[in-house]
Amino acid sequence: MADQLPEARELSQIDLSMPSTGWMDTPVRMRKGIYCHGAQGKNIEAVGMPNPRNWRVEDEDWKLPPDWQEIILDGLRERLKRFRSLQVFMDICVRCGACADKCHFFIGSGDPKNMPVLRAELLRSVYRNNFTGAGKIMRKMVGARGLTEAVLKEWWYYFFQCTECRRCSLFCPYGIDTAEITIIARELLNLLGLNIDWIAAPVAKCHHVGNHIGMEPQTMKESIDFLCDDIEEITGIKIEPSFNRKGAEILFVTSSGDYYAEPGIFTCMGYLMLFHQLGLDYTWSTYAAEGGNFGLFTSHEIAKLLNAKIYAEAKRLGVKYILGGECGHMWRVMNQYMDTMNGSPDFLETPISPVTGTRFDHTVATKAVHICEFTADLLKHDKLTLDPSRNDHLRITYHDSCNVARGMGLLDEPRYIINRACNHFYEMPEETIRERTFCCGSGAGLHAGEDMELRMRGGFARANAVRHVRDRHQVNMLACICAIDRAAFPTLMEYWAPEVDVTGVHELVANAMIMDNEKERTLDIRGEDLPEQGIESDQVEKGDDA
Amino acid sequence: MGTVSALMTVIILIFVAWVGVQGFGLTGLFGVIIPYAAMTVFFFGVLTRIIKWSRIPNPFRIPTTGGQHKGLAWIPQAKMDNPYTTGQVVGRMFSEVFLFRSLFRNLAPRLGSDNTGVTYASAKWLWLFALLFHYAMLTTVFRHLRFFTNPVPWPVRLVEAVDGWLEVGIPQLMVSGLLLLIGVTLLLVRRLLIPRLRYISLMNDFFPLFLLMAIASTGILMRYFVGIDVTSVKQLLMGLVSFQPVAVKGIGPLFFIHIFLVSTLLAYFPFSKLMHAPGIFFSPTRDLANNNRAVHHENPWNYPVKFHAYKDYEAAFRDKMVAAGIPLDHPDAPSTGKESDRG
Repeated sequence: MADQLPEARELSQIDLSMPSTGWMDTPVRMRKGIYCHGAQGKNIEAVGMPNPRNWRVEDEDWKLPPDWQEIILDGLRERLKRFRSLQVFMDICVRCGACADKCHFFIGSGDPKNMPVLRAELLRSVYRNNFTGAGKIMRKMVGARGLTEAVLKEWWYYFFQCTECRRCSLFCPYGIDTAEITIIARELLNLLGLNIDWIAAPVAKCHHVGNHIGMEPQTMKESIDFLCDDIEEITGIKIEPSFNRKGAEILFVTSSGDYYAEPGIFTCMGYLMLFHQLGLDYTWSTYAAEGGNFGLFTSHEIAKLLNAKIYAEAKRLGVKYILGGECGHMWRVMNQYMDTMNGSPDFLETPISPVTGTRFDHTVATKAVHICEFTADLLKHDKLTLDPSRNDHLRITYHDSCNVARGMGLLDEPRYIINRACNHFYEMPEETIRERTFCCGSGAGLHAGEDMELRMRGGFARANAVRHVRDRHQVNMLACICAIDRAAFPTLMEYWAPEVDVTGVHELVANAMIMDNEKERTLDIRGEDLPEQGIESDQVEKGDDA
Repeated sequence: MGTVSALMTVIILIFVAWVGVQGFGLTGLFGVIIPYAAMTVFFFGVLTRIIKWSRIPNPFRIPTTGGQHKGLAWIPQAKMDNPYTTGQVVGRMFSEVFLFRSLFRNLAPRLGSDNTGVTYASAKWLWLFALLFHYAMLTTVFRHLRFFTNPVPWPVRLVEAVDGWLEVGIPQLMVSGLLLLIGVTLLLVRRLLIPRLRYISLMNDFFPLFLLMAIASTGILMRYFVGIDVTSVKQLLMGLVSFQPVAVKGIGPLFFIHIFLVSTLLAYFPFSKLMHAPGIFFSPTRDLANNNRAVHHENPWNYPVKFHAYKDYEAAFRDKMVAAGIPLDHPDAPSTGKESDRG
């Protein structure tokens, strides 16, 4: 918990020297603050996953089924036949070390098993031992080892210290993707009921109630109605969004983080205001109320299970296409998995912006458009009137969320929007943005309270770059397009880079957007005083130099 | 540990070939049988592995995107780093295979002196060493075709001529052989000197390096220092490739050591990390286009899952939805109140 968390100064003393014993001979020591609580039985059971029971990480006995080794090895064998990625990645790593210092967890912790290559070797060593001739004969000499309970616990400890951000994969000469290895390793661990509760609980809630936080339909509607009240106070405009409305043109799906807590709700207000201003014919759904997908952090099957609701709901409501909000791994799923898992949605139509007439031809299969593409298109066609000086109190930098950066490539749209909506935008150092962006340290379901030290270590590299632009350009706002970012960054910034706040891109749009019939704005979306016109904007040049 | 056993293994291999040829006169074994066996293992081993890989499906299209995607028409797409078409994928693969694109990105984080900050320096050494080694290797192997062809085709002669551009020494110095040895040595030194690299290294990381060093060294020794009968060697090798092996006398043991080490490398190849060479062509994060939203990708083992259906959801929350004014499919059906069925 936070009270055990060392001071930032202490945590930044990172020891990158290697232990004197080889990694196979260095037993894992599970440290509090690094790992999350084990999944509760009811949450495992809720989606029909194996071995539901309550268990504690601290206990010696993890209550594994008696034939657990067989289960894991059979599971691995089956997945080697199902995923070319896994088989190839097991076979071709040359341990060149290019990935080693690319991982934010290694940079922030110095723990050698957080080097992506060693994280993969944890699994690869067992693969060699049981599935290759050389490993069966030459054992440790060729890096093979048997699957013992200690190895299993080591897997659990380290595969829940990976946020599946894919930065290592970008730098690997063969594209070996630790995210893929982690996803499959977690899938294996889940065969024994070894999930963490921070993932299992949202999965269970999402399955039965419709979103990760378990917000029931009426509460979700209330929550969004509250946001509309706030909007009315700020703009004088009354917005009445619709829920589960059949015949709407667009189904809007975003992460529940956006209608649940600050600062996500400000982004959500941005969506609501934008859609109202455009007169968009869209609906929310309380059933497919979650864009985020913690199933991806559990297993491919659970990812599919949770994602299936989105197309099912689009079909039931008879909408034409899907518009997706600002969320990171939601877009990894929507871009790289959704159509394969649950498509092809022939009941939908190729998305066309009702405002600009732009056909989103690159989405003819999934029929799902990212809101940043949608808004950038609006701005390109000058369909919105923006007053960027309303954001003059903000000096903004932008964090590329890992999943949209390296699992999609949505890099320029949000920058275009920010540059149109704000006068003061500063990029972080180029080694830490765009495809080379650093993870927030809390992705892939690790955004719990009990692993705070891990999160602060994992987010160190990101925060360090933010601190750089804070000190150099007085940046006071970190923009991002990911709900986990928005939930994780405030704590991370407070720890490493105080005085930097966190926003979504559409909050900035909403601040700047001049709506029809709005009253004179004196407050920003957060209900804070707007800067007085012309005071700050002439002090600083507009620019994106870093 | 791994270093020593790898080095010892290579020394033993050299010793075995030397004793075999010099002590027992087993030139037939080392000059014909073992090379044939090694070639067979190499050929079938690599083929089997490639067939195995190609039979495993890519259930999902998961390229690692390294630049701007193809989206809105007015935003330029990074075609090479985020390919959308097969042609662009070919471009990306070309840049990976021939230019080591991903290694070129390499960065080294540096922790500041006060331990409160981290900066990033470009670190192209690995890229440089790897490129040096691989191209030297390619040139050397290609050059060796002169021993397997008669007449020697012009491209081989051309490469030879270019390779000897320094025009020093008799016989003329071939730069590639030297660079090969230097490249491998640099890769080895790097592996030994960087602590975290030494930490992750296994015996099977050192073994191919020592083996290649020994192969390059014996080759260099033969060419420049210990003269061997090139005509006899060519006779032997031509016999091998024409499947009419001949017993040739008067070739020194150095040659047999060289060819035995090469045979070892070939036989080792399909079972080792050296399979990264064909493997990169099968890497789904590199060889697939990022066009999922436009082109359907089929997972051959996709199976239906029983997701929580809307009608069950509506049944569970009917009363609450009615009270909140949320439209329903069946507003008049009785409420099951089953929302609490999972406690």
